[in-house]
Amino acid sequence: MDHVLETRASARTPIAESSSAPAAQRAGRPLTGNEAIARGAWEAGIRVAAAYPGTPSTEIMESLADYPAEDLHAQWSTNEKVALDVAIGASFAGVRALASMKHVGLNVAADALMSLTYIGVNGGLVIVVCDDPGIHSSQNEQDTRLFSRFAMVPCLEPADAQEALVMTREAFDLSERFDTPVIIRSTTRLSHTRSLVTLGERTVPPSGHFREDPRKNVMVPAHARNRHPKLIEREAALRAYFATSGHVRWETGRRDIGIITAGTPYAYVKEVLPDASILKLPAAYPLPLDLIGRFCESVERVLVVEELEPAMETEIRAAGLKVEGKAFFPRVGELAPEVVRAGLESAGILEPQPKVEPWQLTPPARPPVLCSGCPHTMSYMALRALDARVAGDIGCYTLAALEPLRSIDTCVSMGSSIANAVGIAKAGTEAKPIIATIGDSTFLHAGIPPLIDAVYNDANITVIILDNHITAMTGGQDHPGTGRNLRGSETARVDFEQMVRACGVKWVRKVDSYNVAEMYQACREAAAFKGVAVVISDRPCVLDPVKIKGPPLEVQAKNCIACQSCMNLGCPALGWSEDMFEGHHKVRINAALCIGCTLCAQICPSDCIHPSVQ
Amino acid sequence: MNALDKESASPHGNRDAARPTNVLIVGVGGQGVLMVSKVLAALCQSEGFEVKQSEVHGMAKRGGSVFSHVRFGEQVWSPTIPRGEADIVVALEWAEGVRWLDHLKRDGGTFIADTQRIVPPISFRNRTRNAASAYAPETPAEVVALVGNGFALDATSMATGLGDRRVANTVLLGALSTVLPFAAEHWLAVIEQFVPAKTKDLNRRAFLAGRDWAVSAERVPAAAATDAVAQKVTARAIETAPAHLLTINEAWCKGCDICVKMCPERCLSLNARMVAELARPDACTACHLCEWLCPDFAIRIESAPAVKGAS
Repeated sequence: MDHVLETRASARTPIAESSSAPAAQRAGRPLTGNEAIARGAWEAGIRVAAAYPGTPSTEIMESLADYPAEDLHAQWSTNEKVALDVAIGASFAGVRALASMKHVGLNVAADALMSLTYIGVNGGLVIVVCDDPGIHSSQNEQDTRLFSRFAMVPCLEPADAQEALVMTREAFDLSERFDTPVIIRSTTRLSHTRSLVTLGERTVPPSGHFREDPRKNVMVPAHARNRHPKLIEREAALRAYFATSGHVRWETGRRDIGIITAGTPYAYVKEVLPDASILKLPAAYPLPLDLIGRFCESVERVLVVEELEPAMETEIRAAGLKVEGKAFFPRVGELAPEVVRAGLESAGILEPQPKVEPWQLTPPARPPVLCSGCPHTMSYMALRALDARVAGDIGCYTLAALEPLRSIDTCVSMGSSIANAVGIAKAGTEAKPIIATIGDSTFLHAGIPPLIDAVYNDANITVIILDNHITAMTGGQDHPGTGRNLRGSETARVDFEQMVRACGVKWVRKVDSYNVAEMYQACREAAAFKGVAVVISDRPCVLDPVKIKGPPLEVQAKNCIACQSCMNLGCPALGWSEDMFEGHHKVRINAALCIGCTLCAQICPSDCIHPSVQ
Repeated sequence: MNALDKESASPHGNRDAARPTNVLIVGVGGQGVLMVSKVLAALCQSEGFEVKQSEVHGMAKRGGSVFSHVRFGEQVWSPTIPRGEADIVVALEWAEGVRWLDHLKRDGGTFIADTQRIVPPISFRNRTRNAASAYAPETPAEVVALVGNGFALDATSMATGLGDRRVANTVLLGALSTVLPFAAEHWLAVIEQFVPAKTKDLNRRAFLAGRDWAVSAERVPAAAATDAVAQKVTARAIETAPAHLLTINEAWCKGCDICVKMCPERCLSLNARMVAELARPDACTACHLCEWLCPDFAIRIESAPAVKGAS
């Protein structure tokens, strides 16, 4: 051990003196986990890839689109189920295919997955699912490892970007060898961490073709009954495979403590308890129980360190092995070195560190906000005035649930708003107008069936489609309503007005999101209409595809009555000046942030906001 | 004078070699936290270190709090920096620096922060009379005294003085360069890879300005400090109970709903008889809007003196 440290110290010396001579650059390219997964898929020779954007998975498909179109077809699909079905079709046709999504996207794709697992693959098929422990940007922190067990699909867990690349590449071989789809489970921390990665070459397997085999490809009851036992056999075969896979790491260290782990928690264990015996597994399902048994025998005490659910711990205990885990480590939130250390302390393995008193500092809360000039702002300002019961949906606009707009009452999952509103209306307990608000991309993802449902069942609701011409929340991806595809070429464009009318809606109006009076009026009329009314609030996002910046507005302070009406827009360009009127701050506009949307000027009752005069 | 010639102490250059160096970069969405951390990561890689750089995208983009962990060394395991173990915290915005200060190592950690303030919209929510905006009340002088090794510089003003406020990040990189063991020319070479070609010279000057500032003894700009102090001890923080009276003449009100729809604080509503009433008197700020907009002159607001008992 001393020798190792010695080597490190001497290796470090010339680097510390690097001001005189540049040291050799580290090999490898800095890639995020997502970029590494895309690279691994490309190296494996995939021909078709499809996804619906969702943090933290979005960049996988964006990276794949950076590879030549001759190498692979990459596409945004309307939702995750469609994406997986596209990948399944490509696999049927004999080529390697990939679908990527965030954890909750797998819920949408689950129907296809549960049949796919019976069918198996022709061309290798990999589903990349990115979990979000800690709920950085999601509505829950469900654990995909439990899903993989449910679907009996192997679940690979890379620990860093290098492993992400290699495991993704090899996952296609695994898929074809065991006739199974393979899930690669990433997490926010892996997907969005950049580290050095050694790249490989692309090798395309010989071109396959569609294999006619109805008993495997057509899931009717008689065929499915024959396929189910194959899953049980496959599970056993995979269990044996994962005992010998090259990605198993058995690091012999201290005899008194052994750690079983997989994925990113491995890095935290190495950080906090580097001298423990460690068994790092490549997959959370299925587990190589014989190997785990041998590891447990080799040490006195075994802890399982895993993020979120006790997926491994429960199965290992069920096999009669004595391990501990969630007694010391949390089932909620993201793991981190300090969390693992605290767990090891409570398990009595590490000495408790002296408690450091936190500094008593009071920074302000800084929740994310709608951008300056965001077209959603006015839609919610109108709803705020309408005093409506608003079923919200998933997108940037969910931020309107917070002060000062505070005009969203519910948010469940992609596309839920419309059917939630139908339910509220049918319950008959609500006196306020019932409104559903849904973004353009979310509407195309899962909003059309519930809209048809609303018309079919004659629900008295208003639907506001917030059409900002982009999938904004995830950083500006195209969708069928933008007229451009993933690689940026022109394609057919959905006309929302026509589509809504075709669903049977009689009252439809398209309104400019920046026209305050029209927006108020449209919302009032729509709410008064008996039946399904649709308002399409139409303006492009201010960030994507082009960043919009017009000439800024200015407050003429002498006329400002400090009524704070404009402040209720929650616009980040609006702030208080030191100038007061009757005990309240007058308003000042930050010219660097203001894009000149004029919403505040239209709302101002004293007409004191105007374009700035140079 | 040329900052390139100066010898810097590099407090984070010659420590226990086996332990990685932890740099936490924080700011507000849209400020360029990612650019700063990419520059640092690329530099560390070119100097022969293993680097891990971790951040979170998504909600953070929308004007929220943004952070990026950069760890470099011979071998780096965890992508994140444990609380209390950051060797350096670089803050592109003052309150964000204060928010993440607890991640700084207590013994020997370095704090580098721009004193520029980006006050979030939620800080302007208090509608009581004479309310101050909610912002970090700690002054740069207090915080620098707390951490021991702190740099609070007005990088944004320095950048504006150089011709473009957007090079404030490069000014901070210049300050950061004085506490890491890499040559200034190497920093500049990496920065040039990340900035538009025509701004290379500007970024070079910004980097040197930050570096120059950090090696000089004077670490807390007096102006910024007094400004913040003034805000902290402002006498206007005295709050008074609602000292106004809103009355509605029921006989004149025809229930047109204008006041209800236009009230910024949503405190009015129409009652069962379709007459306006003050449903949430606590929320009323006496802004007079309803009084002025009422077509029937049915609303009247009487205000008492704003501050009482000031002396």
